[in-house]
Amino acid sequence: MIEHRRNDPWIPLLTVLWILGGPAPAIAQALAEDAAGDAPTAGSPSPDQRGLEIAREWERRDAGFGDWTAELTMTLRNRHGQESSREMRTRTLEVEEDGDKSLVIFDRPRDVQGTAFLTFSHATGSDDQWLYLPALKRVKRIATNNKSGPFMGSEFSYEDISSQEVEEYAYRYLGDEALEGVQTHVVEQVPVDRNSGYSKLLTWRDTEHLRTLKVDFYDRKGELLKTLTYEDYRRYLDRFWRADVMRMVNHQTGKSTDLEWRGYEFQSGLTDRDFDRNSLKRVR
Amino acid sequence: MIPMQGFRLRTSTRRRLRRSGIAVTASWMVVAIGTGAAVAQPVPGDLSARFELEGRFFPQVPVDPRQTANNGSFAIGPRWELDWNRGRQGLSFEGFLRVDSSDPARTHADIRSLSWEYAADAWELRAGIRRVFWGVTESRHVVDIINQTDLVESPDGEDKLGQPMINLAWIRDWGTVDAFVMPFLRERTFPGADGRLRSAPVVNTDQPVYPDGDERIDLAVRWAHTLGDFDVGLSHYYGLSRDPRFLLAVPAGPGSAGEPDIPVLLPVYDVINQTGLDAQMTRGGWLWKFEGMVRSGQGPAFGAATGGFEYTFGGFAGGAADLGVLLEYTYDSRGQQATSLLQSDLFVGGRLALNDVHSSSVLAGGALDLQTGSVFFSLEADRRLSDGWVIEIEARAFGNASLREPLWSLRRDDYVRLAVVRYL
Repeated sequence: MIEHRRNDPWIPLLTVLWILGGPAPAIAQALAEDAAGDAPTAGSPSPDQRGLEIAREWERRDAGFGDWTAELTMTLRNRHGQESSREMRTRTLEVEEDGDKSLVIFDRPRDVQGTAFLTFSHATGSDDQWLYLPALKRVKRIATNNKSGPFMGSEFSYEDISSQEVEEYAYRYLGDEALEGVQTHVVEQVPVDRNSGYSKLLTWRDTEHLRTLKVDFYDRKGELLKTLTYEDYRRYLDRFWRADVMRMVNHQTGKSTDLEWRGYEFQSGLTDRDFDRNSLKRVR
Repeated sequence: MIPMQGFRLRTSTRRRLRRSGIAVTASWMVVAIGTGAAVAQPVPGDLSARFELEGRFFPQVPVDPRQTANNGSFAIGPRWELDWNRGRQGLSFEGFLRVDSSDPARTHADIRSLSWEYAADAWELRAGIRRVFWGVTESRHVVDIINQTDLVESPDGEDKLGQPMINLAWIRDWGTVDAFVMPFLRERTFPGADGRLRSAPVVNTDQPVYPDGDERIDLAVRWAHTLGDFDVGLSHYYGLSRDPRFLLAVPAGPGSAGEPDIPVLLPVYDVINQTGLDAQMTRGGWLWKFEGMVRSGQGPAFGAATGGFEYTFGGFAGGAADLGVLLEYTYDSRGQQATSLLQSDLFVGGRLALNDVHSSSVLAGGALDLQTGSVFFSLEADRRLSDGWVIEIEARAFGNASLREPLWSLRRDDYVRLAVVRYL
């Protein structure tokens, strides 16, 4: 009859892992070209324009990575300090003139070992996503409409880890501010999608490299919900900045989730064939 | 029961028994070695194992006095995987062994997979024992045909036996074409006379019938492609049916002991042709699904289809949970002669995922036979207790069964299954 849940972790609706990487560069380039055409001819830009420019520049600087892979440990902590962890591997392929392709494979807990998500994110329209259930050897196309649900029981929602594209927010530059001794641009981002679980985000990016250092998430009622901080940034291939640690704290529940990254590799020659439905079924 | 039409019992039962005996012994050994290796690392590649302790409780008196009340069992499933060349080449092994307290037929072992695979840019070659799933629907899988069902394992038919094969996949822009050459038929497993959740009369798996012989090589081909919101598959299978029909037989046994001869069912594996189509449209939170097939070679040609939708409500009840609802209708042109429990049935189900640290989820559903009014209920729930430990609960009930349908045999087999699973 209907498949057994033991075989189906029912982790629906995961979209492309953005924590894994930056935004879709092709789109960023297209937008940057657009922006060049529409640039204001005189006077200083409005806070909205300035916010958008920062986001576009942030996107542009991560373009051209080709592909990258990494391993990740996710540590969930409840308010009593009890911990539980998940381990996964990720691969991302840059796609010209569209969103990226990504594959996430779960290694721990063992009961979901081998479960994998393949996501094709798109510049416009909803993403395509397939879930692989190893116990059934079944590849299942799943819906991608839910954004605000938690990812693997963590404090990261699907929205937090999905592909972040410039058009997904309206921006407002709030000014520059020193954050733990680093000069940052502070930008307010309001989600365009009504399915978003947030009313707004505040982002702090360092003025020199535009690395995201901190994000405050406000719930639909406008209350501060979560804070994400990035630590231990390292530069790969002299260009691409990645943080080794990301910490998400939920102020309303006292729970937190840490992500620890390791083994980043860029431009290892992955192709579309490493991101198709056949690849989902392969031994990995 | 489908009347038998001029079959010949060509297979030497003794030879078949010996062969299957060797296969079972080999499976036991491979599973035992695999489990030993999984527990005693280190070996290259990734080793893991699943251990399960299970109890099944049947509150009602069985239909046949030979059937036992409750049963306990344990199962082990070692797994090993090794890949190299950035995942372009790999080896995998998956074994399974269950030891059951009351039904000797449920004490069984299988090699679920033992295979090698190689992925080139335009093709993939996979050889060995493997499992392959085709289809999109949940209540019944009418298109899925490559692997035999391990029915003694669970009445839901989701468990499959490993199938020896060579599978070549040709990967093009217009889709993937998979060709399969399968040298051996795996016969379906059935609960024994002592077991619950079985037909009455019992299926005698020692005397399978092959009207066209069993020394065959089965063939299959499938095209699958994704076109925007649509995922489509078209397949054809030519070979021994995985889904046997049955022949009622009264063994001409000793009988002299004064006992009446007890009738049995003999599984009949005909050579069939089956063409299948499966398609899913994914749009917003909606999944629209259809599967259909036509089969010839097993009595008059017939068809079966399942279609319906699944919709997921995110942030259910204002919280973190998701609620998925499912409605499917399934039809089989054989009607009550179908070998499946679903012939003209409506299936309604819901799946609640709490999205918590424990990955707790509940899946509940019911099927209604629109012709006979019989019903079937199912509830499955599970929760991770701590890392490596999972608890599973399953309950099924059968109601309103009428004498002329297969469900009649299960009318007193409502059950609750409780299992504790340890992953290493």
